[in-house]
Amino acid sequence: MASTLPEQRAGRHVPAEVLSPIPSVLIPPADDPDTMLLNLGPNHPSTHGVLRLVATLNGETVVGLHNELGYVHTGIEKNMEQKSYWKAITYAPRADYNSFFSNELVYCMAVEKLLELEVPRRAEWIRALFNELQRLHNHLIFLGTGSIDLGGIALLFYCFRERDRVLDLFELAGGVRMHARYAQVGGVAEDVPAAFDREARAVVKELRKRVDEYEDLIGQQPIFRDRTKGIGIITPDFARQMGLTGPNARASGVDWDLRAHAPYGAYREINVQPIVLQNGDVYDRYMIRVFEMRQSLDIIEQLLDGLPSGPWIADDRKVVLPPRHELHTSMESLIHHFKLVTEGYRVPAGEAYAYVEGPRGELGCNLVSDGSAKPWRVHFRSASLVMLQSVAALCNGVLIADLIAILASLDPNMGDCDR
Amino acid sequence: MSALVQADAERIAAAIGAGAKVSQARGEVTLDLPRERIADACAAARGAGYDFLCDLAATDYLGFASEGVAGYWGSPSTMDGERDLNHPGSTGLGAVVAPPGDKRFAVSYQLLDRTSRPARRLRLRVWADDGEAVQSIVGVFPCADYQEREAWDLMGIPFDGHPALERIFLPEGWDGHPHRKDYPIGGEPVQFSDAV
Repeated sequence: MASTLPEQRAGRHVPAEVLSPIPSVLIPPADDPDTMLLNLGPNHPSTHGVLRLVATLNGETVVGLHNELGYVHTGIEKNMEQKSYWKAITYAPRADYNSFFSNELVYCMAVEKLLELEVPRRAEWIRALFNELQRLHNHLIFLGTGSIDLGGIALLFYCFRERDRVLDLFELAGGVRMHARYAQVGGVAEDVPAAFDREARAVVKELRKRVDEYEDLIGQQPIFRDRTKGIGIITPDFARQMGLTGPNARASGVDWDLRAHAPYGAYREINVQPIVLQNGDVYDRYMIRVFEMRQSLDIIEQLLDGLPSGPWIADDRKVVLPPRHELHTSMESLIHHFKLVTEGYRVPAGEAYAYVEGPRGELGCNLVSDGSAKPWRVHFRSASLVMLQSVAALCNGVLIADLIAILASLDPNMGDCDR
Repeated sequence: MSALVQADAERIAAAIGAGAKVSQARGEVTLDLPRERIADACAAARGAGYDFLCDLAATDYLGFASEGVAGYWGSPSTMDGERDLNHPGSTGLGAVVAPPGDKRFAVSYQLLDRTSRPARRLRLRVWADDGEAVQSIVGVFPCADYQEREAWDLMGIPFDGHPALERIFLPEGWDGHPHRKDYPIGGEPVQFSDAV
């Protein structure tokens, strides 16, 4: 059987348009006897967690689709309301378990915004450093599981090997591989150890080589190209209307990166050039993540080179725990420590929205305080929830195999989506 | 920076007319609007360059800045009115602050102007009491579809004009809206057990 060339396949898909009347649902034609209903998930390996897709098929063509969400809804936002501000940090990374650090970071940034607390420069840089490591971690998992979705098993094992190297760095600094609660209100929990610079540079060096390999492994693979080129095309206007951010938007020619265009923290001082690809198909959405890994490695090197010295957490004793050694000598520190641990700290009443460029796009936290020691309301802007709305429009009239590729290329995370 | 956003917000407020109020805190500009005009305001904001909806967050202000109302199921302190450290809103409260609006629920829309450098952000906010519908903005920003369903599912705010306002996370037939402040946590009633 002669395989179709990507060039021939390109153009078979038309760019997606926003569906009407319900933007997130592809409504199948009524009373067509040739259609059948197919449930994908919730426990299907290619549904990235526990997402259920209800597809109506005509032969192998998708003519109807809607998502069923909520299988991992655990009430994280509600739980955070019951904890004092510093205890609630623990919940945030459990939402998006693949980009845990970004979640705890954005929550801490929202609290700092309400407190109007200044974060030391070194802390900002360490945070940016770990945010980039987080992006590497997320994109490695994306590449691994994404290649499994397209039938390539090998890449998963390579990616997980490198992922462990990245998690080693998290362990080195925060003591735990995942969900380290390393970001704190006011800075980070601990300074990075002396060996961190050496270890991080070794990981960067190793990953540079590996990322080149991965690029060849998927970018030069005829079957992979054949299955991804010209599939699931997102136009810039579609991305805007459906709220797509991050790599999904940048793969469609949208020059929008919070790190460059609305910089926060250390990104104000370092050079980030957004990577923008033009085709907006599945192939570009895979490749942009490979390129972003390389970009993250560059940023990590910039950050390691320029890492300023100084404190790694703010010196506000009403908010930040005093250094451990002071508890033995200073009564005042002991009182502060006791008050912070038992009662927590009050945060002035108000509403604030903090954002970071997470691995999946804009990750936001809308925080409301009533002036007490517990958050009144925490709401995460989850990129996964928003991006899943566009699956139905992208899968209009595609083959069922392409549906899997399109879903994988968006990189949703159901923990992030359902919270 | 926020002065520019403030000017934008005031222009939108002028287009909407009565009931629109601009406020500013911590560098963020909030435009409070009547809930029947939010789609018009979003369309006006889109025309003014804020063409991207980032976030839609619903908040329940029931019992704001006072004793919490949810508590834990069966815990005695929620019954005799004692202060409970596990109670929301009961620790470390200083001066009692007034809720920023006069109704129970607030819906905050985070809009973004991506062409300005640095990008501008504007928060639109509407207020509604229990059962009062907020105008849907799916016609202006299609990506509000899931986010309005989320606000309906978890907070019980109906959206007028949404094409298919169904629960998004919880199963159909679920009793109550769990992000409301009067929805208990800590002990959850067993639902859907009558079929067994």
